[in-house]
Amino acid sequence: MSAPTLRTARATHGPKAPRAGAGRRHGSTGAFGRPSTRLTLVMVLFAVYALLPLAWLLINASKTQPELLHSFGLWFSGPFALVDNIHAVLTYDGGIYLRWLANTLLYVVLGAGGATALATLAGYGLAKYDFPGKRAVFATVLGAIAIPGTALAVPTFLMFSQLHLTNTVWAVIVPSMVSPFGLYLIWVYALDAVPTEVLEAARIDGAGELRTFLTIGVRMLAPGIVTVLLFAVVATWNNYFLPLIMLNDPQLYPLTIGLQHWNLQATGVSSDPIYNLVITGSLLAIVPIVALFLALQRYWQSGLAAGSVKA
Amino acid sequence: MSTAAAPPTLRRQRRSFVGLWFVSPFLVVFAFVLITPVAYSIYLSVFRDRLVGGRSFVGLDNYAQLFADPKFWDGLGRVALFLAVQVPIMLALALVAALAIDSGRLRGSSFFRIAVFLPYAVPGVVAVLMWGFMYGDQFGLAANLNDLIGSEVVQPLTPQWILIAVGNIVTWEFVGYNMLIFYSALRAIPVDLYEAAAIDGAGSWRVVLSIKLPALRQAIVIATIFSIIGSFQLFNEPNILRTLIPSVISTYFTPNMYAYNLSFAGQQYAYAATLAIVMGVVTAVIAYVVQLRGSREADLR
Repeated sequence: MSAPTLRTARATHGPKAPRAGAGRRHGSTGAFGRPSTRLTLVMVLFAVYALLPLAWLLINASKTQPELLHSFGLWFSGPFALVDNIHAVLTYDGGIYLRWLANTLLYVVLGAGGATALATLAGYGLAKYDFPGKRAVFATVLGAIAIPGTALAVPTFLMFSQLHLTNTVWAVIVPSMVSPFGLYLIWVYALDAVPTEVLEAARIDGAGELRTFLTIGVRMLAPGIVTVLLFAVVATWNNYFLPLIMLNDPQLYPLTIGLQHWNLQATGVSSDPIYNLVITGSLLAIVPIVALFLALQRYWQSGLAAGSVKA
Repeated sequence: MSTAAAPPTLRRQRRSFVGLWFVSPFLVVFAFVLITPVAYSIYLSVFRDRLVGGRSFVGLDNYAQLFADPKFWDGLGRVALFLAVQVPIMLALALVAALAIDSGRLRGSSFFRIAVFLPYAVPGVVAVLMWGFMYGDQFGLAANLNDLIGSEVVQPLTPQWILIAVGNIVTWEFVGYNMLIFYSALRAIPVDLYEAAAIDGAGSWRVVLSIKLPALRQAIVIATIFSIIGSFQLFNEPNILRTLIPSVISTYFTPNMYAYNLSFAGQQYAYAATLAIVMGVVTAVIAYVVQLRGSREADLR
């Protein structure tokens, strides 16, 4: 049902908005007056709120387990144990943290990579071709944007357990491969960024449809593809609910479930609190994803802009 | 669906099955992981498993039982309250941040943009673990804060505070994401509108009210819909906090936690499927109403 409404949104907003990639403004907008100290102070408060927990994590990853319990949270205390903690994280329980990291990478590469590939092909196909049943496909897929992954997790689990797919890597990978929102973003992006005239020219030159897509389409869609890929990577890297219900073998856990598994060790009958490992393990788990976001800033900011203009 | 919104380029496209080849890989996986589970759940929801007699058709009995289930209403009421309070606060904060960063009157605006966005990249599990530790009265910042002000006022992990504690974590995780949606929409405002406003002698507030907020309307509708979906599906944050304080957070704290616990602790799969379907319908209806209202108000302008 949200298909027509989203398209209405496009129609009402489209004419005012500049086409993606063309006529975009650079520099600051509506720059009225001097830099405002008051505004800067407000934003400093924002930044403190956003960064405080991360600072807490970084500081406490340098503490030993006893110091953790008996020192002020926002300052260093006791021996600087960050290196020891990292070593302990990587070697605890036969190095299972590295196993979880490898699992996460597998789920990210196949799940997020698959989601991006499928969304790119389909978004391009919907934007640049007319075919029987196109409207039905569109309505179904856009309707599915409103269905969140968590709502589907329990039904998917019930079905997968019938098919004996639970507790396998596929139970995490296959559901991660569908991104209706990614398809929507690529569709919006392809409408503007890939001129139909260029595709026609390639066809006249005798290039096949797939070849045209791979040589021309993919290149022109690159910022959109990077955006979809990045957000799919974050979604898969951070996924918790799906692996939680699908997996019960610790050898298959991704990092998120593994860290919670460690956290749970502190409670129960034979409790063995390893909070220092949970904290340091958490720190190590966010470093790659934050680095990726910072490194690819230029791409995802322009790609997201194209999507939200139309959305 | 009308074709009114279809781009003019369509008329140049040839009608053939080529496009379907591009779309079909997506459709196959989509059917397998989206349509089939939903259909299977609807099928399950009209049956009931009994210890004696096995699985039998019960019609709409599961739905009747759900609507009379106080645990369901308890969870639904909680996420509705959460939605009514947390979502407006988070979106207002995101709006303020986006307007400030876009204002051109900020020193180091690109630093603030990335700093506010950064929590989005942090896995939800890690976010809850961090805040959970900080909330704790053992070695948390809450304990430090209480020491500082010499009282025991701040107790985030007690029944009175817990919904605020969860709301704070969710706000922390997603305010930057929403800020970025608003910011992207602000960047798309044509510069000649600002020039016209400057010629008319409009001040910054006038520009915000007359140009920026109207231009953000659609982005606000989209962000609201995503936040509504997120609220109704609330699971990760309370479920992980529950390991710290099982006595404060019940197994039916949110509808999604209830569905999870029905499936995995109670083996009541048919009932869990019923709950998942009802929550899916509730979410879709509310999201649709918001979209409809948002568009209509936009048309009136």
